[in-house]
Amino acid sequence: MSKKASQKNQKKISNILVNGTLILIVLLWTIPTIGLLVSSFRTRDAIATSGWWTVLPHREWTTTSQIQLDEDTDLNAPIVVNGVAYEDDALRDGVALGDGTQIKWQSRRNRIIDVQEKEWAINSEYTLQNYKNVMTGKTYEYVDSEGNAKTEQGDDMSNSFLNTVAVSIPATIIPILIAAFAAYGFAWMKFPGRKFLFTTVVALLVVPLQLALIPILRDFVALNLNGTYLAVWLAHAGFGLPLATYLLYNYISSLPRDILESAFIDGASHFTIFTRLILPLSVPALASFAIFQFLWVWNDYLVALVFIGAKPDVQVMTMRLAEMVGSRGQDWHVLTSGAFITMILPLVVFFSLQRFFVRGLMAGSVKG
Amino acid sequence: MLSGPSGKRGNVLSWITDTLGRIIIALIVPIITFIVLWQGFIFLRDSNAPKMIIVLVAILWGVGGVALLFYVTNWLIEQLPDEWRSRFQPFLFIGPAIALLFYFLAIPTIRTFILSLKSANSNEWVGLQNYLFTFTDRAMLEAYRNNLLWLVIGTSLCVSFGLLIAVLADRSKYENIFKALIFLPMAISFVGSGIIWRFIYYYAPPGRPQIGVLNAVVTGLGGEPQAWLTLLQPWNNFFLIIIMIWLQTGYAMVLFSAAIKGIPAELLEAARVDGANEFSIFFKITIPYIMGTLITVTTTIVIFTLKLFDIVIVMTGGQYGTHVIATQFYRQFFTNRNFGVGSAIAIVLLIAVIPVMIYNLRSFGERQAFK
Repeated sequence: MSKKASQKNQKKISNILVNGTLILIVLLWTIPTIGLLVSSFRTRDAIATSGWWTVLPHREWTTTSQIQLDEDTDLNAPIVVNGVAYEDDALRDGVALGDGTQIKWQSRRNRIIDVQEKEWAINSEYTLQNYKNVMTGKTYEYVDSEGNAKTEQGDDMSNSFLNTVAVSIPATIIPILIAAFAAYGFAWMKFPGRKFLFTTVVALLVVPLQLALIPILRDFVALNLNGTYLAVWLAHAGFGLPLATYLLYNYISSLPRDILESAFIDGASHFTIFTRLILPLSVPALASFAIFQFLWVWNDYLVALVFIGAKPDVQVMTMRLAEMVGSRGQDWHVLTSGAFITMILPLVVFFSLQRFFVRGLMAGSVKG
Repeated sequence: MLSGPSGKRGNVLSWITDTLGRIIIALIVPIITFIVLWQGFIFLRDSNAPKMIIVLVAILWGVGGVALLFYVTNWLIEQLPDEWRSRFQPFLFIGPAIALLFYFLAIPTIRTFILSLKSANSNEWVGLQNYLFTFTDRAMLEAYRNNLLWLVIGTSLCVSFGLLIAVLADRSKYENIFKALIFLPMAISFVGSGIIWRFIYYYAPPGRPQIGVLNAVVTGLGGEPQAWLTLLQPWNNFFLIIIMIWLQTGYAMVLFSAAIKGIPAELLEAARVDGANEFSIFFKITIPYIMGTLITVTTTIVIFTLKLFDIVIVMTGGQYGTHVIATQFYRQFFTNRNFGVGSAIAIVLLIAVIPVMIYNLRSFGERQAFK
């Protein structure tokens, strides 16, 4: 009996250990994203002056009373407050008194000193203004921390959001369609060079796309195709095809042969069998690859950078965001909200279709 | 007797008009298709319509266009006599894929190789001079060193964290939530992750409020704030590698988790009955059992790391001694317009992945998946 009880205890302890470690790791993994999300809803000044974690309850110096010094106190000499002399610099940073309070300049010019005590506090001003400012392409006004009204150019993320949509959807569907045809051809048709061509597909699985950028860019520039959606679609289709063909071939070639044979006997053509029978049957595989490719294209930076180049009109969000990092690297209110806008759709896709995504990953782990 | 010739003549006539009609339609249909697609292209290129409409037209044109091309080509092939049809049809199915694969990947490999033997603007042959440069230039050597750091540290930490989390999660009731949260960064773009982590590493001079988590922790513990990404060379590379670990561990975890679930329960049970402790079970059963997955995951992450570009470009732009091979490639090719050296770097990348290519081809041949 006691042995059983101690076993039970041991199990409990190991359970706590396992879950405790996991919670710790998961916290480490999610804190970065949470920090971004929280910050994106904070005001410009709040982000710049306090950490995002101050939205949680924390101890903070809070002013409880003020001391008005003599108007013409000399700031260059030690300053006497309540009978004790302090340096000007020390008062700027705050001087702790023994009793848990501190004194600090509220306003040097008006000779006002704050007496502060540590109290529980929450910074809970939230705003949607960052999102509005980052989405718009127009200029807008804001008031800076010194109270001056300023105008600023919006980052026009709405334009690049639409561009990303226009790039991602065709760049996902086109390669899938082409790859599904090819997979069917490889699986169910006989033609010369079949084995050689499929071996080429397998060999191309790991070829780094850097290898293709220089020659293709030259062609596209010569054809005046650079900076169009078509150029990016084609590039993504070409780079995504080896994996798509490989995955879909694995799936389509494993479909039972009898279905096809009976359809042939009924006189259906290859095209009819493919569109009416094989495509509907392959939905799980198509979906897996679709999510994979969609996330890849949506999040891609390099291909867009090379084939869209400097055309602000066609820029996708990753390009816009990278540009903002360069030009406004300290403006965390726009960077955080901008980054979160790029993440919304992938996160929705990810959480709603995680099962398919995982399946695609496992099937595609030869690529890299 | 009388009706015969005229009937025959009628047959011939109708055969001729029939064939002619077919030929004409067979010509008209592709022409119309072409015109429709061309008009779409012109509209997308020149139109000033509201963005929303352009985007919708673009999607319809792109996706619909490809479908239409397949449909029309198939229709044309089906007009042919049987013998020709069965000869052409396979190429309708695989043709577009093969064409794109050759144009976008296979042929560029050769073209890039040729460019790598030419000068910066590809005007003259320079032999192996570009390769000599890629293996002796100081900035390039630094990039190789950094890539090696990424490869060794990044890959080994991704794999070990992934394995650790997979093993632990397998014993937890809340497995799915834990796994989803670890996996989540895979949905985030590298540029987005770059911003997330720049915010974490943010440096404000001492005395100012530290709004970056890392410096807040350091100053909270009584230390001095650090400029993690710029001053701490070469350690700043580690702070970049952490981002990749954050992004890729989920991938390793998911594959390991699936593999671990495949270990037969009886095997584990038997080992426990024999008194094996969890550590020896891990090293003597789990690891050997998932060896295949371990190799796959490792090679996948190695290839990923070799080509790694976005993280470095967004975080430091390759400055402060953080260049890697792919960012050097980009710098030579895009910034310096040195197509010779750029191509040579790309070929170096290709050579680095050739062992994996051979491994893939060999295991593909062994499986005889292709009948």
